[in-house]
Amino acid sequence: MAVITRAGRARPRSAGFELGVWYLIRLSGLALFVLALGHFSITHFVSDPAEQTSEWIFDQRWSGLFWRTLDWLMLQMVVFHAFLGMRTVLSDYLRGGWRTAILMVLYLLAFLVFVMGTVAVMSMPVGLVR
Amino acid sequence: MLLRYRGGAGMLAWAFHRIAGVALFLFILLHVLDIWLAAANPGLYDEVLTVYASLPGRIGEALLGAALLYHALNGLRIIALDFWPRLTRYHLQLWYACWVVFFVVGIPGAYLIIAPALGLPGLKG
Repeated sequence: MAVITRAGRARPRSAGFELGVWYLIRLSGLALFVLALGHFSITHFVSDPAEQTSEWIFDQRWSGLFWRTLDWLMLQMVVFHAFLGMRTVLSDYLRGGWRTAILMVLYLLAFLVFVMGTVAVMSMPVGLVR
Repeated sequence: MLLRYRGGAGMLAWAFHRIAGVALFLFILLHVLDIWLAAANPGLYDEVLTVYASLPGRIGEALLGAALLYHALNGLRIIALDFWPRLTRYHLQLWYACWVVFFVVGIPGAYLIIAPALGLPGLKG
């Protein structure tokens, strides 16, 4: 018999939506291991928060398409990972109507985070706007 | 509760992973809001930035980094155990390895984040 690991959520037995969520959490987690740790290192060890003014963000860090694309990819991974993760957490503690209602708020929040992050990462350099 | 429940290391690994995950979720809401603000109102964002660069702000960022680092390392452990079940025999060793990396990377990291607010030597001299 196969060993059933209990480190994370048990892999759903049948194919379907829940199995997709199970894989997506792990795939986006792997991507974020590189993207999020890299992002944290850049903003705290390569640069320093004291110098990260809005001008620095839009004119230097986001001066080219490469970093904007990479950060937008990170945003998408974060939206999947953070909100599907919270979905699992909340589903553990909520039942019935409350679960449905709170999950609806969660999905709405995920959409809002995606839109706001996308607007930010596609904004023009501050120098161009002024 | 966490220490009295007889779940052992695996249960603690799970509890820390969940607590760190929820904390990271809350920070992401704040972080997307502040970066959106940087585009919508650059002047106001620059004022918010002084909070991030202050001593309490930097202590918060060190804690954020700790949550991120633990969640990332233990997440790799979960993925490894999920996809290579035979590794389960060494789950305890993997859990200890997570903590070794956590402290070896985390202690100098936390110092470098907090140092500028205390006038201590850091990466920027």
